Amino acid sequence: MKDLLAVALNQAQLLGADYADVRALTAREQSVNVRNGIVEGVGEMENAGFGVRVLVSGAWGFASSAILSSQEVERVTAEAIAIAKASAMYQRQRVYLGPPEVHQAIYRTPVEIDPFKIPIEDKIALLLEADRLMRAEAGIKVTQGSLVCLRKHQYFASSEGSAIEQEFFETGGAIMALAIANGEIQRRSYPNVFRDQHAEGWEFIQRLDLVGNAPRVGAEAVALLSAEQCPSTVTTLILDRTQLGLQIHESCGHPTELDRVFGTEAAYAGTSFLTPEKLKVFRYGSEIVNLTADATTPGGLGTFGYDDEGVPAQRVPLVRDGRFVGYLSSRETATQLAQLRGEDPALSRSGGAMRASGWNRIPIIRMTNINLEPGTWELEDLIADTDEGIYLETNKSWSIDNLRLNFLFGTELAYEIKGGKRGKLYKNATYTGMTPEFWGACDAICNAKAWGIWGVPNCGKGQPSQTAHTGHGAAPARFRNVRIGVMK
Amino acid sequence: MLNEHEIKALLQGVISRSSGDETEVLFLGLDEALTRFANNEIHQNVAETNFSLAVSVALGKRIGMASTNDLSAAALDQLVERATQLARLQPENPDFPGFAPPTEFPKGRQAFDEATASATPEFRAHAVGEVIRYALDQDVVASGAFSTSRSQWAIATSHGLFAWHPLTLAKLTIVAMTETGSGYAADAAWEVAQIPVAKWGKIAVDKAIVSQNPRDIAPGDYPVVLEEAAVHDLVAFMGGGANGMSVTEGSSWMSGRQGQALFSPAITLVDDPDAPEHLPIPFDFEGTPRQPLSIIREGVVGDAFYNRQWAAKTGNAATGHGMPPINPFAPGSAMGRMMFPMHLTLQAGNTPIEQMIASIERGLYVTRFNYTRQVHPREMVVTGLTRDGTFWIENGEIAYPVKNLRFTQSYVEALQNVAAVGASLHREPGYAGFTRNPALQLAQFRFTGKTEF
Repeated sequence: MKDLLAVALNQAQLLGADYADVRALTAREQSVNVRNGIVEGVGEMENAGFGVRVLVSGAWGFASSAILSSQEVERVTAEAIAIAKASAMYQRQRVYLGPPEVHQAIYRTPVEIDPFKIPIEDKIALLLEADRLMRAEAGIKVTQGSLVCLRKHQYFASSEGSAIEQEFFETGGAIMALAIANGEIQRRSYPNVFRDQHAEGWEFIQRLDLVGNAPRVGAEAVALLSAEQCPSTVTTLILDRTQLGLQIHESCGHPTELDRVFGTEAAYAGTSFLTPEKLKVFRYGSEIVNLTADATTPGGLGTFGYDDEGVPAQRVPLVRDGRFVGYLSSRETATQLAQLRGEDPALSRSGGAMRASGWNRIPIIRMTNINLEPGTWELEDLIADTDEGIYLETNKSWSIDNLRLNFLFGTELAYEIKGGKRGKLYKNATYTGMTPEFWGACDAICNAKAWGIWGVPNCGKGQPSQTAHTGHGAAPARFRNVRIGVMK
Repeated sequence: MLNEHEIKALLQGVISRSSGDETEVLFLGLDEALTRFANNEIHQNVAETNFSLAVSVALGKRIGMASTNDLSAAALDQLVERATQLARLQPENPDFPGFAPPTEFPKGRQAFDEATASATPEFRAHAVGEVIRYALDQDVVASGAFSTSRSQWAIATSHGLFAWHPLTLAKLTIVAMTETGSGYAADAAWEVAQIPVAKWGKIAVDKAIVSQNPRDIAPGDYPVVLEEAAVHDLVAFMGGGANGMSVTEGSSWMSGRQGQALFSPAITLVDDPDAPEHLPIPFDFEGTPRQPLSIIREGVVGDAFYNRQWAAKTGNAATGHGMPPINPFAPGSAMGRMMFPMHLTLQAGNTPIEQMIASIERGLYVTRFNYTRQVHPREMVVTGLTRDGTFWIENGEIAYPVKNLRFTQSYVEALQNVAAVGASLHREPGYAGFTRNPALQLAQFRFTGKTEF
């Protein structure tokens, strides 16, 4: 496969590319799905292909193919060149990539237990046992469980001289129970309905303990059927780390993507309220809020050695002591930002956030691991310190506007907090707010003991659409004066 | 790209390798190119040649699945062996109905257009260039994407079924923006010539201009006129909820309500592959002929759609809505037998949109919704925001633009409150192809939050 990369780079340069890079990728994915005690899907998917990205006259072209032959690489590279020339017809500003990125490296996800070496029978048995335990709870009507493991092997080469080989592993799983009675439907899942997924091996599934959590999941789903409706009021909110992970994803991760800021996602994902003049001056949150894009966090789905344009993994501060200080960037957008701020683009460096969902997609700016740094509280102390409020756990629905300001989230589970203690259970909990006000009202974050990395395997962006896998580290946190209970 | 005969030989070659009791092979091929523009320039411009073979091998009622895009003889041997091995290692699925038998598919309309299949990067650049030029003339910033694709699907089973279908599709989305205004237009068709790119560009740009300097508006319940693009959201959620599995399990808006006059009699929602303009796809990804379906018939809750497994389990007929058991073009998606409606149409009424506006004393006009998510499935409570042109209606006229609002609204209730249905249908690009929708006038819609833009 390495030979094909050289063919693409040679062909691109022969045809007049100012810059070219090529990624060749083989991927293997194994999935086991159980529903209502029946094995509904056991499958393996393999695919391979390559994508060539070229700059001609300062304009981008990209073409890709599943056919791995020298002849096809030459055809696809020529197609990428032709596409770049068509792009140049309506190009207002030449792309400038800044200083060269030249790296020869090998990276591999650290894995203790290769998930593909675990027998399929064991995976099926695990899910069937969890399924049985959830269904043991009277009132459970639907149960579901899934396990996924992925391996991707990627070669990257560029006309600047980079040659990078990376092997990535991911492992994920989830269980879900649906309780239905008298027109009411309540769901409980663990870790959530989309699964938690880590850049780890089978050891992650062992730690998840799906079987051990199954009885609780079933019992909580049934209990929610008779729970009170979440009240509609303004109160103090404590979010568990999984819901907080998604809050970070939507209200910090996306608005710090520099392509959104520069308008190149306007037609689909939207833009951002974090415009460049706010950099280093805008108060994003309270002084205890520190957020970082960290592509080196162990186990995170946004962890890698190099991004998909060959830039090394980095730890980039986004919010420091509540102030907005950084973006997720690419080589191209880093130079644009430098220019805008009157800095020297020739010295600007990408933050290393260019990621493609496969060989058939162009890299775009994506989240790595967007982490909220831990605070100092123990969770039980935090609850004890809260006179009146609500504790929310496990995401159920999410929506945010195209500038990433106005959000509404729903969670599966909610508990009243009264007099510093957990009170009654609520169903159909939602909360809504505006991003800076919400983070500005954060007055407590739990400590490192309660902190964990959370994997989101379903982040959509781009045209054609790309699904990214991102990570979010968080510990439970408290927010004051939040509107809850927005639902008929 | 392989032709029908080559694909047939390929699929038969896979089946001949299988020692399973039953075997199903699915071929998916795609050549797609997309020209993306933003800030009045082309910034991403891509092409993809992709294909995949997915094989399902059944040993009794134990089914293993595997897919590859390596078509070498050795890879095909491994593919069948892997699926067989996976089948061997699992318990029976008592609901497995077997793979599809041979079937005669109706020779309907074709949906393959050579001009769409062979569209060049220059063709797409010239088309979006017209949008960019008009936007520049009007001092507006245009963004969007224009794609052209050709695809082919084929399925074969060890029972002798073989079906093949080629398809072309073109899609356009445009968002035009000024400092304080934005506009939107979109279209999709199997013939690229059916998409008047410049016309849609003008509509989006002109709306960006008239939506400038929006005023504040308080959240609350308002009568609304929903443009066709906003109605797409209701159609997609309600249509998707007619899933036979969810209906049977009790988690759908439709569960226990079939035959009830639940909605306004003005509402008829169908999933009909034969409807004019829709993509005439004769079979689904399990080899079942696609059947027209009335999901809502003049306000009465109609029929759910079923794939082979859920049809057998519930005693219904399979309706031809099965999805690929492995979707190689969507890595990470669950493997298994899902179902989905690909030909949704909300039937038109007879009220022009101008007449809807004229009949409202005080209300809102919504171009489209953004980032909508289900909050509760039973009443199909959905939250999301307005986007790209929201206006205040006063005394029967569009009075002025307003800032975007968040809504949290039961779509079941929304379709009970229908005051008028638009007289024409618009194609709105969606997850699988497009939906066809009229505008709607609703007596009440619940807005629960506001934005500052």
